Amino acid sequence: MPVQVWRYFFAMKKKTILDEKGIERTLSRIAHEIIERNKGSENLVILGIPTRGVNLARKLEGKVADIEGVHVPVGSVDATLYRDDIALKEDQPTLKRMDIPIPVDGKNIVLVDDVLFTGRTIRAAMNALMDFGRPRLIQLAVLIDRGHRELPIKADYIGKSIPTSLKEDVKVSLKETDGVSEVVVIPAGEDN
Amino acid sequence: MKRLVIKNGRVIDPSGGLDGLYDLYIYEGKVASLRPSGGSLEADEDWDVLDAKKMLVLPGLIDIHTHLRDPGYEYKETIATGTMAAAAGGFTSIVCMANTNPVNDNGSVTRYILNRASEVGKVNVFPVGAATRGLNGEMISEMGELRDSGCVAVSDDGMPIIDGGLMRKVLEYSSVFDMPVISHCEDPCIVSDGVMNEGSTSTRLGLKGIPRAAEEAMVARDIVLAELTRGRLHIAHISTRGSVELVRTAKDKGLSITTEVTPHHCTLTDDSVVGYNTNAKMNPPLRDEDDIEAILQGLKDKTIDCIATDHAPHSSIEKDLEFDRAANGVVGLETALSLTLRLVDRGFLGLSEAIERVTVGPATVLGLEKGTLKVGADADITIVDKDREWIVDSNLFFSKGRNTPFEGWSMKGKVVKTIVKGKVVYSEE
Amino acid sequence: MRLKSKDLISTEDLSRDEIELLISTAESFKEISERDIKKVPTLRGRTIINLFYESSTRTRTSFEIAAKRMSADAINISTSSSSVVKGETLRDTAKNLEAMNPDCLVVRHSSSGTPNILAKYLRCSVINAGDGAHEHPSQALLDLFTVREAKGRIEGLKVAIVGDITNSRVARSNIHALGKMGAEVRVVGPPTMIPMDIDSMGCSVFHDLKDAIVDVDVIIMLRIQMERQKAPSFPSVREYSALYGLDGKKLEKAPKDVVILHPGPINRGVEITPEVADGPCSLILDQVKNGIAMRMAIFYLLIGGAREEG
Repeated sequence: MPVQVWRYFFAMKKKTILDEKGIERTLSRIAHEIIERNKGSENLVILGIPTRGVNLARKLEGKVADIEGVHVPVGSVDATLYRDDIALKEDQPTLKRMDIPIPVDGKNIVLVDDVLFTGRTIRAAMNALMDFGRPRLIQLAVLIDRGHRELPIKADYIGKSIPTSLKEDVKVSLKETDGVSEVVVIPAGEDN
Repeated sequence: MKRLVIKNGRVIDPSGGLDGLYDLYIYEGKVASLRPSGGSLEADEDWDVLDAKKMLVLPGLIDIHTHLRDPGYEYKETIATGTMAAAAGGFTSIVCMANTNPVNDNGSVTRYILNRASEVGKVNVFPVGAATRGLNGEMISEMGELRDSGCVAVSDDGMPIIDGGLMRKVLEYSSVFDMPVISHCEDPCIVSDGVMNEGSTSTRLGLKGIPRAAEEAMVARDIVLAELTRGRLHIAHISTRGSVELVRTAKDKGLSITTEVTPHHCTLTDDSVVGYNTNAKMNPPLRDEDDIEAILQGLKDKTIDCIATDHAPHSSIEKDLEFDRAANGVVGLETALSLTLRLVDRGFLGLSEAIERVTVGPATVLGLEKGTLKVGADADITIVDKDREWIVDSNLFFSKGRNTPFEGWSMKGKVVKTIVKGKVVYSEE
Repeated sequence: MRLKSKDLISTEDLSRDEIELLISTAESFKEISERDIKKVPTLRGRTIINLFYESSTRTRTSFEIAAKRMSADAINISTSSSSVVKGETLRDTAKNLEAMNPDCLVVRHSSSGTPNILAKYLRCSVINAGDGAHEHPSQALLDLFTVREAKGRIEGLKVAIVGDITNSRVARSNIHALGKMGAEVRVVGPPTMIPMDIDSMGCSVFHDLKDAIVDVDVIIMLRIQMERQKAPSFPSVREYSALYGLDGKKLEKAPKDVVILHPGPINRGVEITPEVADGPCSLILDQVKNGIAMRMAIFYLLIGGAREEG
């Protein structure tokens, strides 16, 4: 990306990547792709990674149901206890509940997260999931892929790929948790 | 140093009702004369001069309740270190308890203590003999021999005499030798396995409590036994309002009963135990504000005759332990004077009254010819900088014991010089 | 969020927020024990020493399982306080343990205050697994967790704690913790078993069990420990049982939806009859289950994060 554009990003401080409609459209496309790739919704389980991944998982499940006319199990995988940085944190992250609605053995699992970044959270979530059984396969759906991977992990379904700098954060807001639905890029450390 | 004059000090001698600026002349270990300051020196060049301007010049302090631990527990304290601690604390005479090993229940132990004190001791040492043989509470000791060897009183301090019949005999028999019986009043059956004062703090800390009744029951028993026997009873380290009231009533009846209180029981409550501080563990235990109020009132009206330290040095082997396994007792010689002056600063006692309770007061209790600056008396003198502030650091103690509950306290009043029989035995710096 | 202190010595030192955090964290941990693979890697490489100076199968096992389900290395040292080497001070003991470089020391001791003293000397976290008659915080926390699970709340509940309050660390930890969470606590027992000025801890005192339980939501029965009595505080087990043992008949006085807890191990037929212990009101086995989750939560919150330097 040309230097001028970066300057523009920083001048604006906040750059909107997706608005509410954009998010909905993206999720609809991913839902179609999931059904297409898995040849239907049979055997499918959609699990979100807290916090926003869980909301996205529910939305995806709704869209799958709209298309297929059947509900697939949806739940969440909290990877906190499997994180490799837990011993480095001054403050222990608050635990979320595991909510795996049916045995995962032999299932096609779609893990859902809002932003794919280093890949470490996905690694932890997969380890957590493995402790619950032996899925037939695990796929990964993310709303945003911002690059900078530190592990050999790749998403199967990507809403939008955005090249970012490490000086930036990608912030996903959803109506359910944040009152507004949007994806923005902001200078690192501006939020949270 | 043949002759010494202490000039320009504020001399307070409660035994003679004296309080003023005087020059104190000491000759051959005795008080030779007292003259108002400002006069010229006697025309003899041999006088050594000690300028005590702005200082208090007091009769040497007397502690009638010290544990020197020697013989037997020299790792806790020796006669050398204990008397040095006494000198540094301003005490010129101390009375040491019999719970050594072997117990001081016969003339040879008494003579050992006195010989040792004359060889390495810094201050006058007066031993207390055991009231019962081996402190076993079963048979009265050979008090005749103890008296002849130099004991000034008898006591089973640390081991209350449970058997009332035996206590009666002790009071009767000791009267032949004119030796007071110093009684450690705590009924062990009521104490049970208690380790601190019983109350909301013991309940919160989950430590077994010692009710005030444990002390008061035995104070009451000993008072009626003293009345029965006309014996000479001195009740050691009282700690409760009830005890003060019992003693007051007994004194009003004209009984020959005296009592003492420690500086820590005048100052600290059982809150000091919070955090399981084993340096706040002692027998009797620290009580509460109400008891302190009664004790200070008793000290003021002379229901309580004197302040005594109950200096009880222990090593870390006895104190760095679980609270209920740790030994009882705290050191006191090097903090007692400041804590006594603190009572003056806080308005509970007049300065002269406070000095009385650590000089002629305790001397009278045991009939010691000490605690006075009258002409002809032994020149035992303590010079004090009343306003000097200092911080308690147990590492700087002369005592081997570091077990003080006052660590880190900011104190006022420091001994500058201690003089025994005309000789300076402690000099600051 | 984390706990203020590196140690868990008493519930008296915990704030209401900290108790809430411990309970909600324990809720999340409970599920792990129900999996086929009952293990998470969170405390991999951490060493936990269980130092028990007093015999205790239940509490020690619970801490050990909790540690292992978190992937920590748990080492048990069982010793009796009477066999402690004379001449070794508590400071020596602490320094020797420190040299082994543990992350956490779980200590049970018959002397009140020993964990407080050890925690002062040690840089690692110290968890009090019961000290004398002082506190047993993990027990109280698991009790609160169990009560909240059953009743949906703690605030406003009436709780009776029955038995030898004087000698009970479970009672003290529960009185503090329940009080902070807004429950009304009453202690029940003969005066020989009620310590002086217990009301200063914010509870009321009852001597008649039936009067005490008539309107309560929770009854916590304490184990009668004959061995802790120098002079027994009651004339016979028979009379104690008749007056303070919880049986079906006395339980009829209590509201229908009352729940019953007991820290265990129970003396069947002494403080509680089998019909009550095994009856529908009893949460005794839930307590055991929740005990593991609570102890996992305690480990997570105390040693799950970065170690502070210095």
